[in-house]
Amino acid sequence: MKIKRKIPVSVRVVKDAVATSLTGFTVLVIIAMIVSILGITIAGGWKSLTWEFLTQYPKDGMTRGGIFPAIFGTALMTLIMTIAAVPFGVITAVYLAEYATEKSVFAKTIRFAVKTLAVVPSIIFGLFGLGFFIKFMGTNIDNAFFGGELRWGQPNILWASLTMALLTLPVVIVAVEEAIRTIPRDMREASMALGATKWQTIRNVVLPGSMTGILTGTILAISRGAGEVAPILFTGAAYYVAELPVSLNQQFMSLGYHIYIMSTQSTNVDETLPLQFATTLVLLLLTFSLSLIAVILRYRIRKKAIHSS
Amino acid sequence: MKQEDYDTDKKEFKSGTGLSLSIVEKQFRFSDWFAEKLIKSVSFFSIAFVILIFLFVFRESLPLFKGKADPEKTEITGDELSHSGDLRPEAYIPGGEVQSGEELSPEVYSPYEEAPETEVLQPETYGDVIPETYSAEEQTGYFSASDAYYVTDEEVDDPVRTLFSKDWQPVSDNPRYGLLPLFVGTLKVTLLAILFAAPLAIMAALYTAMFAPRRMKEIIKPVIELLAGFPSVVIGFFALMVLASFFQQIFGYASRLNAFVGAIAMGLAAIPIIYTLTEDALTAVPKTYVEASLGLGASIRQTAFSVILPAATPGIFAAVILGLGRVFGETMIALMATGNAALISANPFDSVRTLSATIGAEMAEVVFGDTHYSVLFLIGSLLFIFTFALNAVAEFYFKNKVIRRIQGK
Repeated sequence: MKIKRKIPVSVRVVKDAVATSLTGFTVLVIIAMIVSILGITIAGGWKSLTWEFLTQYPKDGMTRGGIFPAIFGTALMTLIMTIAAVPFGVITAVYLAEYATEKSVFAKTIRFAVKTLAVVPSIIFGLFGLGFFIKFMGTNIDNAFFGGELRWGQPNILWASLTMALLTLPVVIVAVEEAIRTIPRDMREASMALGATKWQTIRNVVLPGSMTGILTGTILAISRGAGEVAPILFTGAAYYVAELPVSLNQQFMSLGYHIYIMSTQSTNVDETLPLQFATTLVLLLLTFSLSLIAVILRYRIRKKAIHSS
Repeated sequence: MKQEDYDTDKKEFKSGTGLSLSIVEKQFRFSDWFAEKLIKSVSFFSIAFVILIFLFVFRESLPLFKGKADPEKTEITGDELSHSGDLRPEAYIPGGEVQSGEELSPEVYSPYEEAPETEVLQPETYGDVIPETYSAEEQTGYFSASDAYYVTDEEVDDPVRTLFSKDWQPVSDNPRYGLLPLFVGTLKVTLLAILFAAPLAIMAALYTAMFAPRRMKEIIKPVIELLAGFPSVVIGFFALMVLASFFQQIFGYASRLNAFVGAIAMGLAAIPIIYTLTEDALTAVPKTYVEASLGLGASIRQTAFSVILPAATPGIFAAVILGLGRVFGETMIALMATGNAALISANPFDSVRTLSATIGAEMAEVVFGDTHYSVLFLIGSLLFIFTFALNAVAEFYFKNKVIRRIQGK
């Protein structure tokens, strides 16, 4: 048997160093890109980011003034979205974590469906919102209750929020299921041994224990929903509204849509550039701080799980 | 199974007297039974949603296949559109008849817009390249002409047949809905984006999983995951305002917004997905593999490239495929950074128009129930089917392969 010639140690050391530094360099490149997005947005927008900018209406054909209606619209939309998505998400997560057995075909199908919802392009949700909520539900509601008068069969904040709720459903499900699974088996068994039924255990032990997880899921969903634009492009977002939406069948302004419209379709893109950067900064700070909170919460859940097991 | 016991259920639990033989017998409890059924049926909705999404997106594209003349549809169109108060300055019908554009103006979505806003009909124009096909005259002609008129016009091609042509000219007297340039554009951008994102993300994941010290790992992972929280409209804005000019200075190409700029921006969106999933795949490789390799005297580098990487290959493939799915369906970045000109070319520095961007740009301006409207929904159905298939392949084929490989079967 021929023994392979031994590679000198020095070559190996060099190769090791090259591999480590090359892969380490890619990490640096990615982090540099993240920092440059943040840095350039902050540099371009912080001067225009005043209290007036946050609290005033747009003025002079959007060239001056603030973005208050867009902030309000985004907040209201994410609120309705949360109310719709979180209960659904929590219940589905409870089913997947507590009731579903390993081999259940039904549970496997749900898992696959949730994953599919997570990867379907956001624009498809927009199309669905248009085809289902507006054209199907809205038109039928109008015909049934308002004698065909156009009230719900047009884009509005309710349909946009429900569309967004569908989009953020998988985010909630995944986060809550993960949190439920970190609750130690002992606690469930202790509850059962005291005579509690499965549902009583879930209600009194599992759900209170996974409150942090539900909060994480909610925050992640809000962060996602606040930033997405494609689903609301034609389900409710408006270029400009003269007054804030007071009824659910009104259109609304949203931060993301505002950025898109201002940077691509406004007539004086260069003139409003600082305002666009400031709007982007507001949106970025919003989603960024929300995901930061979620990351910290998640870290704490995992830490707790490690300590208790 | 004593159904009358259900109302005492709660009291027994609270007082503790329920710990009698009745528990051992596992009696029927209505509240438990009801809760389980309710939870189960609510969870069913996630399956229902996926089916509903496909059905309703596909439903709106059906008129394409049913045949064209659908008088009911035309009527609905006129009815819906009469609610928009927009003004369109001139109306031009191929036949020569002049008609007020008020009724049929497409801006249904923006009742609050003022008249000047109607000029902003083409999102394409913010790029430097303005496609020739979108002249103002053609636009007004298209939008003001009634549906029925078009159908009876003998010069107009059958819309279904034009789906396979090479021109995407939905806004013209003779609308052509060739999907080929859109497919080519999407493919070009997707390929470029993955070529940019996949190596970066996989190398970074390798570093975090194998080489990085523990402390650094705990910083790097959340930081890259934060990138996943960046809204795509922010990345699109960054590409439009910063990257486009930056790359133009380096490469000196003609059109500022093009496939390359869009691909880099979309790569940024795909990096966190590929990174996270690859990292998961790498750490899922059993510790014994690493220990065996290190025990034989291999360095960490040799272990990483000869043991861990091969073992995790199917998982990494799945990660890249899911990244591909993300790029393929990405709308806002495509809308803002790719230039939106439906050209067929191999040059990465030409403007392109992707499938999803086409939907995003044109849906708001289209006449409800029109052929163009149906074609956009058809594109949506195709996008859905494609991402669904990608997800299924990643989920079933590659995940099973990972499990089999790690179990050594």
